[in-house]
Amino acid sequence: MSTKVRKMLFILSKATIENAYAAFIMANGARMEGIESEIFFTFFGLEVIQKKKLAHLHVATVGNPAMHIPTMLGGLPGMEAMATKMMKKEMEKLDMPPIGEFLEILSDSGCKLWGCKLAVDMFHLEREDLIDELDGILTIGDFYNRADEEGCQLLFI
Amino acid sequence: MDLNIAGSRLDVTEDGYLTDLSQWNKEIAKEIAKENNIELTDKHWEVLNWIQEQVKSDVALSIRGIKKSGIIDIKEFYNLFPGGPLKISTKIAGVPKPKSCI
Repeated sequence: MSTKVRKMLFILSKATIENAYAAFIMANGARMEGIESEIFFTFFGLEVIQKKKLAHLHVATVGNPAMHIPTMLGGLPGMEAMATKMMKKEMEKLDMPPIGEFLEILSDSGCKLWGCKLAVDMFHLEREDLIDELDGILTIGDFYNRADEEGCQLLFI
Repeated sequence: MDLNIAGSRLDVTEDGYLTDLSQWNKEIAKEIAKENNIELTDKHWEVLNWIQEQVKSDVALSIRGIKKSGIIDIKEFYNLFPGGPLKISTKIAGVPKPKSCI
């Protein structure tokens, strides 16, 4: 099939569950449409590919008007955990895989997963702190080189 | 929409999916596969059968379902049906295009 979008590169810079899923669903959706896709995890986005942290991502309850929780209440202890639990339940109903399984699916589907070198250094992470499926750790220059082709789109999340 | 494939007149959707699985047969599957540059092997047939079973049992198809299917893994699925595996395999299997985003 011919398509104008041939490759999608996602930059995931946040570790909230809603942002991680936005990147994952679009990256997976691209592969399902025969479009190449890659995700570059930078800054807080690195939490999503840390073995110890990926199962404990949260929804942002503060500063998120769409949650319809007053900001003061959103900051109370346990609010994020409760909102996250509710959201995970709804996701399970739609058969959305948990983060760890979704990363496996993406990797098996041919979506490339990259860590950002600067952020890895900044957070003092080692390769073994990150998921086995990771395709490597790149500088921003390496990443732009991967974008240097016709029909490639970049998306910052 | 009508379409002539392998000597049969078929009812299909705008993007070429059969609307009535009872019109489907193996010759039609081979023709649709050929249009997508796929030569059907035993493994393809096994997957196509599985897809039809799922649809008949009203199970929504998704890539996660493929992972759990026990008959094929995701890597192999992409290799068998390159360029959009679920989209292409369902078309060959004569079932509706999956509506799921996952």
